[in-house]
Amino acid sequence: MSSESTYESYYVPHNSPLPIFASLGIFLTVYGGGNILNEMSAGTDSNFGATVFALGSLVMATTLFFWFSKVIEENHAKMYSQQMNKSFVWGMSWFIFSEVMFFAAFFGALFYVRFWVVDWIGGEGERGPSNMLWPDYVPQWPLLNNPNPEIFSTPQGVIGAWGLPLINTILLVTSSFTVTFAHHAINDGERKKIIGWLVVTIALGVLFLFCQAYEYYEAYVHLGLTLNSGIFGSTFFMLTGFHGAHVTIGTIMLIVMLGRAMKGHFTKTDCFGFEAAAWYWHFVDVVWLLLFVLVYVIGT
Amino acid sequence: MSAVIENHHDDHHHGPDKGLMRWVLTTNHKDIGTLYLWFSFAMFLVGGCMALVIRAELFQPGLQLVVPEFFNQMTTMHGLIMVFGAVMPAFVGLANWLVPMMIGAPDMALPRMNNYSFWILPFAFGMLLSTLFMEGGAPNFGWTFYAPLSTEYAPPSVTFFIFAVHLMGISSIMGSINVVVTILNLRAPGMRLMDMPLFVWTWLITAYLLIAVMPVLAGVVTMMLMDIHFGTAFFNAGGGGDPVLFQHVFWFFGHPEVYIMILPAFGVVSAIIPTFARKKLFGYDSMVYATASIAFLSFIVWAHHMFTVGMPIAGELYFMYATMLIAVPTGVKVFNWVATMWQGSMTFETPMLFAIAFVILFTIGGLSGLMLAIVPADFQYHDTYFVVAHFHYVLVPGSIFSIMAAAYYWLPKWTGNMYDETLGKTHFWLSFVGVNVTFFPQHFIGLAGMPRRYPDYALQFADWNMVSSVGAFIFGFSQLLFLFIVIKCVMGGKKATDEVWDGAEGLEWTIASPAPYHTFSTPPALPERATA
Repeated sequence: MSSESTYESYYVPHNSPLPIFASLGIFLTVYGGGNILNEMSAGTDSNFGATVFALGSLVMATTLFFWFSKVIEENHAKMYSQQMNKSFVWGMSWFIFSEVMFFAAFFGALFYVRFWVVDWIGGEGERGPSNMLWPDYVPQWPLLNNPNPEIFSTPQGVIGAWGLPLINTILLVTSSFTVTFAHHAINDGERKKIIGWLVVTIALGVLFLFCQAYEYYEAYVHLGLTLNSGIFGSTFFMLTGFHGAHVTIGTIMLIVMLGRAMKGHFTKTDCFGFEAAAWYWHFVDVVWLLLFVLVYVIGT
Repeated sequence: MSAVIENHHDDHHHGPDKGLMRWVLTTNHKDIGTLYLWFSFAMFLVGGCMALVIRAELFQPGLQLVVPEFFNQMTTMHGLIMVFGAVMPAFVGLANWLVPMMIGAPDMALPRMNNYSFWILPFAFGMLLSTLFMEGGAPNFGWTFYAPLSTEYAPPSVTFFIFAVHLMGISSIMGSINVVVTILNLRAPGMRLMDMPLFVWTWLITAYLLIAVMPVLAGVVTMMLMDIHFGTAFFNAGGGGDPVLFQHVFWFFGHPEVYIMILPAFGVVSAIIPTFARKKLFGYDSMVYATASIAFLSFIVWAHHMFTVGMPIAGELYFMYATMLIAVPTGVKVFNWVATMWQGSMTFETPMLFAIAFVILFTIGGLSGLMLAIVPADFQYHDTYFVVAHFHYVLVPGSIFSIMAAAYYWLPKWTGNMYDETLGKTHFWLSFVGVNVTFFPQHFIGLAGMPRRYPDYALQFADWNMVSSVGAFIFGFSQLLFLFIVIKCVMGGKKATDEVWDGAEGLEWTIASPAPYHTFSTPPALPERATA
């Protein structure tokens, strides 16, 4: 068969201690996290949860560091074939797809609540009788008047789209361009430019996170818009919060890529680590655009 | 080639390590497949014991053995463990063992991540089982964990349940990414998608479903977590949320999940029936398209699980008709299996017995599903034992029978020894009788109005409940025979030939029995295509 002559050996590591440490790390992290939450809700004073959580995070972070180092090292030792690289490409693509579905759950919740639930609680449509519980409730969006204000605090207002969120949109969209410029620089083999554009991208990401933190401060302190202020606060903070968490992860990935660029790791044909981080960054950007339109512009 | 590659090439021909660390550190798809399968069997026994607690309590009306609170924990944990701990890992184990051998790949595409996917599971289920010993008891809100039972009224252990689900989700997503990448990237040169064995096809589609819906499950348990600990209002109408929102998000995950547990079973049966009918599978292409259609439809029918919740009538009608549509591709499959057997030179070894029982009993489960899809009728059936009978028919003599069929079919290839055919057939008949005696009467008591998830019931349901409990103990204890047969086969027995079954086709039968530790380090040359 002609294909046998072009066959490259596919790297199968013999065995590895990394996964079992990662399993232990992730278990300790969530077990500690669960204890923290239960201690918090029960009002008990204990350091058990926090200790286990810190230990787990440490194990997890260390393991991931060694895991990625190992992969980079193997790549530099030319153990990976083109076929192996394709596995990484597929793997990252499907991972991003799973992330898309995670956000879809929260966007779906927002859609369902906004178009049906808010009106149904007010007595509209076929589930009308539910308004008997709270006769004073008037359906509106954004929901500033919770049906039961005794449990859910009433916010004074919401974050408008055309202030900070617009600035944030500009920041993130710009950063998607700058990360692409860094990619072009890799193709041209100009290391200084790679580093320059990556620094700009990371700076834009950090600036975005700073603006987002300031927006949360505004919401909590001046508007009384909190996680506890009904479904608007719930969807708003969960969507923007998970997005912010993903920006943080993306920024960390880019910082790692910056370090690797400084070591001169990337070439035109060998830069998958960078590409994966860039795809992730674009994905985070697209989610933000959806957020901006659905949560801020139409949502307020 | 550099020296490094030479070194690694030596590595490649290593046999397995000795001792426990072999299993902890392994990156070998066969080792990891074995781990998954044993883990799954252990969970099957644990979840089975819980089922027997339930059936023992229901043997007679009144409260005899357990308090209602504990009964609720048993129904909840039984469902969670069987779905996430027994059935899903068993299929992942089969995929690990078989997919690389069937497509001529040296291993799974991402071997270290493969090990990680497995070793998360013992931690996740250890944490889930530990909730039984926590203050307030284990989760008691049913395996579907509807809010607000699982939020406002849940025991504190719900936090650990949520994180256990997160861990299972991470494991499933990584495992599925590995399967998809292996299939798309590591097929032997010249093997086109439409040349793949049907088991590989069904797993490709299953893995896609898993990657699409496990994150949604993660989303819904995260909303629960926030409602419980941070005062959000997702499932609380007092803050503008809606408990029904929980059901929508959950079943958007839950319905594809149902097919995640049955599509690989279709693949297994489509491998076994042609072998023992000594004919090619009838309608290969239509099998592939039917599988894809079922997967697509699974995303747009979720609300048929919640007809009685008070949906707009247009929604009920839509979900009813969309659900009934699934009967079409499923019917195509059943037709194809029957047509494969038609005029075949049939023999009835244990895998074939399980496969034929699968076709018949899964069809019964499918037809009762069709009954449940009819909205006005569903108002009568909803949350009765009819529903319990329905989904146990598709899961036990459906998924689990196919897993057992697969175990008997490929055990000789895995171990190099034939299993004991007499004992295997005994196991089959005990299981077949046990499963029908357990679940068939539940149709009757369900239609008569007995609600599910109660430790006590009205006197008129007593007779069939007693029959059902007897069947459950027959089925439960006959699985110990299965354990014995498998161990006996691993320890020794008549040597299996490389081909094992004289009608078997596929790359896995071209290698030695037992399969060498590393197979297809260089891709195999494919046999000439019959259809080309």
